[in-house]
Amino acid sequence: MKKAIITVVGKDTVGIIAKVCTYLAEHQINILDISQTIVQDYFNMMMIVDIGATKQDFGDICADLETVGEEIGVVIKCQKEEIFDSMHRI
Amino acid sequence: MINKMEVLETNHMIEQENLDVRTITMGISLLDCISDDMNRLRDNIYRKIYNSARDLVSTGEAISKEYGIPIVNKRISVTPIALIGGSACRRDEDFVKIALTLDAVAKEVGVNFIGGYSALVNKGMTPADERLIRSIPQALAVTERVCSSVNLGSSKTGINMDAVRMMGEVIKETAEHTKEQDSLGCAKLVVFCNAPDDNPFMAGAFHGVTEADRVINVGVSGPGVVKNALQQVRGESFEVLCETIKKTAFKVTRVGQLVAKEASRMLDVPFGIVDLSLAPTPAIGDSVADILCEIGLEQAGAPGTTAALALLNDQVKKGGVMASSYVGGLSGAFIPVSEDQGMINAVKTGALTIEKLEAMTCVCSVGLDMIAIPGSTKASTISGIIADEMAIGMVNQKTTAVRIIPVVGKDVGDTVEFGGLLGYAPIMPVNSFSCDAFVNRGGRIPAPIHSFKN
Repeated sequence: MKKAIITVVGKDTVGIIAKVCTYLAEHQINILDISQTIVQDYFNMMMIVDIGATKQDFGDICADLETVGEEIGVVIKCQKEEIFDSMHRI
Repeated sequence: MINKMEVLETNHMIEQENLDVRTITMGISLLDCISDDMNRLRDNIYRKIYNSARDLVSTGEAISKEYGIPIVNKRISVTPIALIGGSACRRDEDFVKIALTLDAVAKEVGVNFIGGYSALVNKGMTPADERLIRSIPQALAVTERVCSSVNLGSSKTGINMDAVRMMGEVIKETAEHTKEQDSLGCAKLVVFCNAPDDNPFMAGAFHGVTEADRVINVGVSGPGVVKNALQQVRGESFEVLCETIKKTAFKVTRVGQLVAKEASRMLDVPFGIVDLSLAPTPAIGDSVADILCEIGLEQAGAPGTTAALALLNDQVKKGGVMASSYVGGLSGAFIPVSEDQGMINAVKTGALTIEKLEAMTCVCSVGLDMIAIPGSTKASTISGIIADEMAIGMVNQKTTAVRIIPVVGKDVGDTVEFGGLLGYAPIMPVNSFSCDAFVNRGGRIPAPIHSFKN
């Protein structure tokens, strides 16, 4: 299993999760965990996904998700898990 | 499993607090390029560097994308050229040809600086060392990306005062050769005492002779992150302050370690060291001086500055060594003037002088860095400033450096603009009393005694 973290930040609107999940489903990316909050109309979501099965290049996934974000007016970032692990775990 | 707060914290550091990896620097040994034929030598150097580093920039960009962390610079350091060019270069101008080769290959592989146009003369100079040093002004004028450094002293050997005298003249000449660009050449030239072999930061990076054939060194940064963390503990005791700096330095260094390991794996080049430096940029909020203010000073340079900097430097190291087993290079807080908005403000308001900066260099890494002085400053005065700084390094067994820019045609009250990461700087006044007789004595200052420490 290879994990990546997807974060979505932006103004809340209909269908943010749907759009992101559709993209993930189309590319065989499995969602392991998902959490979401809305603070003062701002949508804040974090997903942990498994990118082990996808055939898509990781750089392309990041770029595609960025484009999906632009279409719905939110910022989507996709990063490999290791950066958070190394920073927050001894 | 990673929780949301941790993810948000990391991304906040990257997006709001200028957390980045400052540089991935590939060290490349050129010892196997040596030839007594100039053309063959240049050809060997070009091919070795090109073959070693052609994927460096694309690899850096790929890692940056994977982890969502900016990697600002990709750079190369090479074996000191005085050692490599010795048998092929019979005149000063010959060394300049090697500089042109380095510049060309740097452009070809896409790195923004290549360091190692260097000589190590802490005890004595070979004819090749002397020729390289004499060629520096021209080399830096005709190239764009080549950086030069000269090691003038060490705790073991003392200070080579003949070379110190020479470097005062070379710095003046370099300023003169690049006067159309506000003496920019001097921003690419640094002199050292106790120069480290594995420093990834420019202008002083070179690949020491005791290093492997190729190596990946990474320099981290993050003054903005430390400052923001300290904002949360205003008014708390020194214990809390130190603990906060250590924890933050740990996190920052771990990112550097991750990037270094990944770059090493992807490029199939051994990992060398992580340099734990707090390296500022002219960007707002990316300033070491701002950290000093956050610790409790009105401006950098106020009484207490040296103590605050000593504390900061030590805690950064303590946090960093826990995060990476291989720490090296300069490792500490950098205090350049032109590259740090807080430092620039401190100079403008009169809070910070060269003398106070000199005191600060006793307790932090590097030294008098990116300081613009009047173009009329005498060569011997520059040599005197260098000698003072070298003495601090020699006696305290630490690295010290001088990167000073006598800006031709400008005087106190003027400002000089270097652009990009090099920033801008107000011209600082220099003590104008003469040290000619001291500098002109010739010879060496002996190594200090390594006992009877007081």
